Amino acid sequence: MKTSDRGPTVVRDQMTTLVPRSEETMIINMGPQHPSTHGVLRLMLELDGETVVTCRPVIGYLHTGIEKNTEYRNWQQGVTYVTRMDYLSPFFNELAYCMSVERLLGIEDRIPERAWVIRVMFCELTRIQSHLVWLATTGLELGAVSIALYGFREREDILDIFEATTGLRMNFAYFRIGGLVMDLAEGATDLIADFVEKMRGRIDEYERLLTGNPIWIERTQGVGYVSPETLLSLGTTGPLARAAGIAADVRKDEPYGGYEQFDFDVPTQTASDCFARYQVRIAEMRESLRIVEQCLEKLPGGPVKIDDPKLRWPGELSVGPDGIGNSPEYVKHIMEESMEALINHFKIVTQGYQVPAGEVYTPVESPRGELGYYVVSDGGARPYRVRVRDPSFVNLQTVPAMVEGQLVADTVACIASVDPVMGGVDR
Amino acid sequence: MDAEALATRLKDRFPDLVVARGELTAVVDRLDLVSTMEALREDDDLAFDHLSDVSSTDWPEREPRFWVSYHLYSKRHHHRLRLKVGLSAEDPDVPSVTGLFPSADWQEREVFDLFGITFDGHPDLRRILMPEDWEGHPLRKDYALGGVGTAYKPDIRVPPVDERSTP
Repeated sequence: MKTSDRGPTVVRDQMTTLVPRSEETMIINMGPQHPSTHGVLRLMLELDGETVVTCRPVIGYLHTGIEKNTEYRNWQQGVTYVTRMDYLSPFFNELAYCMSVERLLGIEDRIPERAWVIRVMFCELTRIQSHLVWLATTGLELGAVSIALYGFREREDILDIFEATTGLRMNFAYFRIGGLVMDLAEGATDLIADFVEKMRGRIDEYERLLTGNPIWIERTQGVGYVSPETLLSLGTTGPLARAAGIAADVRKDEPYGGYEQFDFDVPTQTASDCFARYQVRIAEMRESLRIVEQCLEKLPGGPVKIDDPKLRWPGELSVGPDGIGNSPEYVKHIMEESMEALINHFKIVTQGYQVPAGEVYTPVESPRGELGYYVVSDGGARPYRVRVRDPSFVNLQTVPAMVEGQLVADTVACIASVDPVMGGVDR
Repeated sequence: MDAEALATRLKDRFPDLVVARGELTAVVDRLDLVSTMEALREDDDLAFDHLSDVSSTDWPEREPRFWVSYHLYSKRHHHRLRLKVGLSAEDPDVPSVTGLFPSADWQEREVFDLFGITFDGHPDLRRILMPEDWEGHPLRKDYALGGVGTAYKPDIRVPPVDERSTP
């Protein structure tokens, strides 16, 4: 390794490559374009017949430099970037980022109650949505095609709920620093209540389809076992750890956003195989439904933005037939009535505001485990550093521990049970 | 142990412990990093047994230039601590903690890839996100956003953000 003024340089011929250990084994690339690798994950597998001897994950194919990009945008624009990382749990990224900036600003106690309940409700709906995609794709990969159709069918209902309120199905940028960008759409609570009622029966349906299904059991039970000690040393969090009896959940251990007021359990299993991970995720969907139900019950009235015109997002947005737009009253107010309101609008939208210098680390419980945001400010109008501890990135390190020594066909079940989202891994 | 008791307890070990926004930050010398982390992990009252994150920040105008941060968490007591190691621009090298926390493997590779900080004793220090033959370390502040060639049309270059007409 040589060092230049741009830092150490890796010389290509010094890089390690996977070399077969004997003439009996061979190296096979699985991915990056493989239907079962959940995006663009590449596994270099050394095979001895049908048995995996060595597994080396290769990542980075979806690296888009989001952490770097946030350093060139103002604080509010950061939300639109981070929501694009883990595309199956966008609200969690928005939540952790907004919470971090709110803590830097010292306004975390001034976020309206209504905004917090909606945040929690949307996060839990996202958790169900994410687990549904996991269930559907895992089913598809293991040959259970009907569950794939059912999973995506219910996911569509959740996306409809999001679309009714935010106008978008993904990449919402709905959580903003200081609250939300706009209130719930008219009739959104009815949509959600209907969904909760329907979803309970649907989860029973999935269980009837899979839990006692001999093929499903054959493909998942005892497959992908990793000891709890290994998982702990590899820093694994989320359903993967909870399926091994490690009852860690940021929502319980370090409650944020009022989670301590909700009544819910942290489901665990002890078998630590693919079947246990399936059971944990199914149980988590039920718990999330419980939380959503409680959110609907306690949803208070009032504003959804902080009461500080220098910090809150200006405008009175709502979703119309042609997308998101400002209300005519607000446009009239800034264009015809108040010069100060117009100046404030442009100042906040174009320049943003300065955030006091400091650093915070904010963990939240995403569908895949501990999602942490380490945000550093130098006192300027842009983030100095936004570092994301993505759970998929850390959890993916367990794949070699799962598949080495197992059959190559089980590799598919193992990757699926980790539930990596490459958008989050590569960022 | 509540936050205050933890801070008092840690003050014995780190006299310069900073408490800000409910978070504890301690600065350690790179030579003491591994032993400190091991002591923090083995102490029953502290039990920092989970390394959440390894990351870094780059301050080109300051000395030390790089700060590597380790976010420790106790799964048993549910408390957190941030350890920071300052590194000079000339010698950005820090001992690897993969021996204590195997989870740091990829995270240290990522810091190496994006900041060019080397981790002494890491078993397999290679780039992880950027292509293997990439030049430079993108998250350094002196590495411009943009300013790279395009893959299939070599004569087209994306200008850095600061050189575009609308930044």
